[in-house]
Amino acid sequence: MRRIISVLLENEPGALSRVVGLFSQRNYNIETLTVAPTEDETLSRLTVTTTGSDRVIEQITKQLNKLVEVVKLVDLTEGPHIERELMLIKLKATGSQRAEIKRTVDIFRGQIVDVTSSVYTVQLAGASDKLDGFVQAIGTSGVLEVVRSGVSGIARGEKVLSL
Amino acid sequence: MELLSGADMLIRSLQDQGIEYIYGYPGGAALHIYDALFRQDEVKHILVRHEQAAVHMADGYARATGLPGTVLVTSGPGATNTITGIATAFMDSIPMVVLCGQVASTLIGEDAFQETDMMGVSRPVVKHNLSVRHPSEIPEIIRKAYYIASTGRPGPVVVDIPKDMTAPNERFEYAYPKKIKLRSYSPAIRGHAGQIKKAVDMMLAARRPIIYAGGGVILGKASGQLTELVRKLGYPITNTLMGIGCYPASDKQHLGWLGMHGTYEANMAMHHSDLILAVGARFDDRVTNATEKFCPGARIIHIDIDPASISKTIDADVPIVGPVDAVLKEMLALVKDSKEKPDAEALASWWKQIDEWRAFHGMRYETSPDVIKPQEVIEMLHRLTNGDAFVTSDVGQHQMFAAQYYKFDKPNRWINSGGLGTMGFGLPAAMGIKLTHPDDEVLCITGEGSIQMNIQELSTCNQYKLPVKIINLNNQALGMVKQWQDMNYESRHSHSYMESLPDFIKLAEAYGHVGVRIDKKEDLEPKLKEVLAMKDKLVFVDIQVDRFEHVYPMQVARGCMKDMWLSKTERV
Repeated sequence: MRRIISVLLENEPGALSRVVGLFSQRNYNIETLTVAPTEDETLSRLTVTTTGSDRVIEQITKQLNKLVEVVKLVDLTEGPHIERELMLIKLKATGSQRAEIKRTVDIFRGQIVDVTSSVYTVQLAGASDKLDGFVQAIGTSGVLEVVRSGVSGIARGEKVLSL
Repeated sequence: MELLSGADMLIRSLQDQGIEYIYGYPGGAALHIYDALFRQDEVKHILVRHEQAAVHMADGYARATGLPGTVLVTSGPGATNTITGIATAFMDSIPMVVLCGQVASTLIGEDAFQETDMMGVSRPVVKHNLSVRHPSEIPEIIRKAYYIASTGRPGPVVVDIPKDMTAPNERFEYAYPKKIKLRSYSPAIRGHAGQIKKAVDMMLAARRPIIYAGGGVILGKASGQLTELVRKLGYPITNTLMGIGCYPASDKQHLGWLGMHGTYEANMAMHHSDLILAVGARFDDRVTNATEKFCPGARIIHIDIDPASISKTIDADVPIVGPVDAVLKEMLALVKDSKEKPDAEALASWWKQIDEWRAFHGMRYETSPDVIKPQEVIEMLHRLTNGDAFVTSDVGQHQMFAAQYYKFDKPNRWINSGGLGTMGFGLPAAMGIKLTHPDDEVLCITGEGSIQMNIQELSTCNQYKLPVKIINLNNQALGMVKQWQDMNYESRHSHSYMESLPDFIKLAEAYGHVGVRIDKKEDLEPKLKEVLAMKDKLVFVDIQVDRFEHVYPMQVARGCMKDMWLSKTERV
């Protein structure tokens, strides 16, 4: 099952490599990984999406917790949560394609953020499957380049991940 | 406040940490540190002949005393040579701090002479590693390193020290931190009271209970509590290879150790139990055999300081995260106070069954009128040393024989590389113990394969006068490899035969020691007595043992706990 694990990590050199190393060492899967400092500059927040059986997920959270630089973590998929991923996608846009793409972008509530005579660059945010849906709707033949940020997530309601 | 250079701060920190011995080897990036070491005499340095041995020495010391060992090496090859030793300590949760020189911070990343990314190289095999980025951080980093290494589930910590951090001309204020607190690291200090209560209720209601204890009992200094609890309950106990000595082997409640080469009765009792109390053990593959067939009728209580060890390979019904000594103490108090008592009738019939298993096999081997059996060497050593020696081993058949036939009644006396299975561990580990236990008998039980992996340390033994006794069970083959080839590869002995062995007697003598060869059965006892009487000499005893012996019992691969070979021809 797909899980989103959010980790507060000491913002120190090498801390990220420990997390990534743990996944490869123990044969766990990383689907996406995002990391950036938080409002408290001594902490980074890392979000990893992974898949595995319940036992594997339990081991992943326990092993992550064992890393000395991991301060706290939460498996967001255990409760209601919001997940977002950002995609920038460059599309071939000539002739009648231009209007068609514009319509599809509007339906997906994306924005065209850069335009040339033959190319649109589109920005789209949402859950990962929405981004997949957009790419599918556009059709791969028109896609020139895709960059995705990986998933960020946060719990709904009062629940917070902080010190 | 005092002003000290980084190198002096490092050595002062070791003094303030109470470190008496460090084991190491100098080199370019560590020279400032070695100079600071030279200008004092509180911290004593033991110069090894290969960095791997320095780590095993520190490891042997740590296993025998429960205190963290300390290693000092230079950058590059000095640091990478420690990796096998560090991995050995990591697998067996041994507290240790490894101080590594590094090229100057201005050169890092430029492929400088003797530069290796030791932080990266060591990362998968350390509990944690730390890099010095400013000389003034040194006291805190050293304090932190020892704190992390020796608390919670212990393990090795590497400290990477670029050469410019120890430069003699830059001085900083020195103060050694009394306490260290890390917001991201707080090992459990007690178990969950509700879980402990639930566990005790289950224990008292069990009809076929067994206690399965591991190395965590020894690391957690909980042998006393465990022994008291087991005697109070009257239940059978088995332990892992790493747990040997956590409960007296001579006691009638002890079934011997379990797993791949464990006793018949221990493996049978585990398989047929209805309740397993696992204490500081990790359901390792050498214990469980096929996990899906593991102990089908048993509910499992699992006590461990490391939550990740619980339900990793075998699901626990009652997990208890906490230090084993504290948890066992609470359990004992509850057992004493409880109105419930173990069902005497059920327990009596359980013991009757166990005694039948014991009578069926126990530990046995075929003796021979003229060939020396490795098992009888171990039994004789046990008798001649009153079962009270520190015994280190390398890895292979001799290790299993030593663990099976030397009956340990005390913890911290059986010293072996259980998790990683490191050949070359035994001699340096024995040296580390002998150094701090000069009046105790220290035996290194080894084979002609393993001993050659760190044999250069005979030179270190000469320099520091370390009179360990090396018992070389010489079967002229990599015995365990050969055994597997006999059993699984139709006796095709691919590269398991040791051709052109050295003359170990001459070799020992060349290093300034005594060599004794034993090849006749009638010489075994008198010569071993002579060897043990040479208190102040390192004696290398080369014993020609049966070349065809196998280690039994041996679990049948991918079977359950109770599927075993009991000899070359008997399978149950």
